[in-house]
Amino acid sequence: MRKITIEPITRVEGHGKVTIKLDDNNQVVQSRLHIVEFRGFERFVQGRPFWEAPVLVQRLCGICPVSHQLCASKAMDVIVGTSSGELTATADKMRRLMHYGQFFQSHVLHFFHLASPDLLFGVNSDPLKRNIIGVIGAFPEIAKKAVLMRKFGQVVIHLTAGKKIHGTGAIPGGVNKRLTPEERDQLLVGTPEFNVDLMVDWIQEGLELFKGYHKKNHEFIDGFAAFSSNYLSLVRKDGALDLYHGVLRAVDSDGAKIFDQVDYQNYSDYITEEVRSWTYMKFPHIISLGSEKGWYRVGPLARLNTCDFIPTPLAQKEFEQYKAYTQGKPNGMSMHMHWARLIEALHAIEMIRELLKDPDIIHGELVKTGERSGEGVGVLEAPRGTLFHHYRVDQNDQITLCNLIVSTTSNNEAMNRGVTWVAQKVINGHKEIPEGMLNQVEVAIRAYDPCLSCATHAVGQMPLELVLQDLDGNQLDRRIKNVGDFDGAGT
Amino acid sequence: MEQGQISLTIDGKECVAKEGQSIVQAARENGLFIPTLCDFRSLSPAGTCRVCTVKVGGRFVPGCTSPAVNGMVVENETAELTDLRRALVEMLIVEGNHMCPSCEKSGNCELQELAHHYRIVVPRYPFLFPVQKVEARMAHLFIEHKRCIQCLRCVRGVRAKDGHEIFGFMRRGSDVRITVDVTDPEAVSEATAKKAMEICPVGALIQKRVGFRVPIGQRRFDRKHEKDGKQL
Repeated sequence: MRKITIEPITRVEGHGKVTIKLDDNNQVVQSRLHIVEFRGFERFVQGRPFWEAPVLVQRLCGICPVSHQLCASKAMDVIVGTSSGELTATADKMRRLMHYGQFFQSHVLHFFHLASPDLLFGVNSDPLKRNIIGVIGAFPEIAKKAVLMRKFGQVVIHLTAGKKIHGTGAIPGGVNKRLTPEERDQLLVGTPEFNVDLMVDWIQEGLELFKGYHKKNHEFIDGFAAFSSNYLSLVRKDGALDLYHGVLRAVDSDGAKIFDQVDYQNYSDYITEEVRSWTYMKFPHIISLGSEKGWYRVGPLARLNTCDFIPTPLAQKEFEQYKAYTQGKPNGMSMHMHWARLIEALHAIEMIRELLKDPDIIHGELVKTGERSGEGVGVLEAPRGTLFHHYRVDQNDQITLCNLIVSTTSNNEAMNRGVTWVAQKVINGHKEIPEGMLNQVEVAIRAYDPCLSCATHAVGQMPLELVLQDLDGNQLDRRIKNVGDFDGAGT
Repeated sequence: MEQGQISLTIDGKECVAKEGQSIVQAARENGLFIPTLCDFRSLSPAGTCRVCTVKVGGRFVPGCTSPAVNGMVVENETAELTDLRRALVEMLIVEGNHMCPSCEKSGNCELQELAHHYRIVVPRYPFLFPVQKVEARMAHLFIEHKRCIQCLRCVRGVRAKDGHEIFGFMRRGSDVRITVDVTDPEAVSEATAKKAMEICPVGALIQKRVGFRVPIGQRRFDRKHEKDGKQL
């Protein structure tokens, strides 16, 4: 009996490990993704004044703090007597601009910096080359554009939130600033090497890169860790893709609606979370389907399965092509998440371009409040999927309850299934397990762009551990991935 | 030298000051920097924080409560005093729970600004992590005791219309803490909360529901650093 441990998982955000148990005949008997860190934000936000929550809870993450800040602000909108759908035009558009900036930089980061080495060099290629430094060496033009695209998204965040990371732009009931014409022009006009039109062109080149790879490797892209599931996301009331605000919709693997038009204030009537002893990550599921069948996926794949259309022209064109590939049916192919992610990045930059031309971001009221309420829920689509923030606030303005369902948590079951898929289809039956095989475990996890810690970590310091164990729990083999061991730059 | 003026040297620089001015006031008038925390505009000095400590005649004295005297020789920016002041700021930091990342006073906080001035990355003393409950029952004011540096600025500066003190200190030594008479209507008014937040050098006194309304870039020390070509 053997146990393989992959620790740390590389090129994902956060710390996690995978364990795979094999019997004496090298048959996989168990595989699990463990999240080994505990954050505790839900507890220590208790007692804090409610207006502090958006700034405090965003410290969960250095990659997607904007998502947490906006989501907490949406919950606090309800606390101060308004709702995110009723804010002033300036507040709504500034928050959206910030959000789309976040989407653009995060999706670019994931596809180009973290995932593309697997595609550009192959999952079994030399690990010393299969990283962002390798991409810079072999594909300098792609790497340069990736860096500048991410920078563009970060500048959008900087100008709307005050800082690239951990800003203060969104506050309960609105925002604390609008753009000056000079700030807007920095993005809209920019320079010949750095402007919004160029970003639209470059992300389309990224899409073409993926589609070209897909054409040549469709067996791998379509078949790798593919499985059906339920899908959940916010959609606009008319069914359009809306990453910032809308109603909850869940569909099953055939596309039939499990629920639709659900006001997210009532999310707890539809979704609940289960705790398991071997991981700090909870397992959310749809109540009506139970914990066995009610698990669902969130994120780019889910969003393009739940929405009816995308309300920007270039992304809609790509969406039609994407949907045609599965004859309009929900797409369960895990590696298609990269395709969906790039379509969303295109949508985000189109939205940014539209918003930059809108006069409401320059003029208008910033804050709107109404009658105080004691409880509020905020939900939005973070880059990795649907994000829930739920708070209760007492008469002294102190938070008494906080429940966060982070996107990666919703994908927990799916990532475990992805790991199991690789364990059974790739590792099963092998006595010797080369690095390339283990990397495929990570490729399956990486497709979800998981934010395992929701925290900032420096490039090159990310850990993934793989442990091979016998049935009695004795460790037979252990691989720890660190800089210089396998990947030159794990993140 | 005109009548009513005196002359002194600070770090070897000849300075002219008005009779009756403190060493801190004299330094400011001559364009020299002596750090302060408990000092506030027109309030009479209290000498509680000691970060303005200077050396006169080989002795440490508080610059805010010591009068400038004709012929006085003051040591200010010496390595010894810089280390002493840094140590004092570090002690104030470790005695409280100063979580700048989520504090709404960040960018407007004088303690944070001094920590920045002295490039304090890690204090030399262990954090004490005091457990102190927040006082949140008042309609407009939120008191964060663990951020209080006992400077007495609120006690001295926030007063009712008839002049009586609104804030007071209770307990002694390291247990000292701010208290407010919640039965006094003026003490619990919105105007008092606003004034208290303005006068507090740190984030101990917070006017409710206005946090983070000022964007990053427009806060007090953001503007100063922009002017200085620095970033907080």
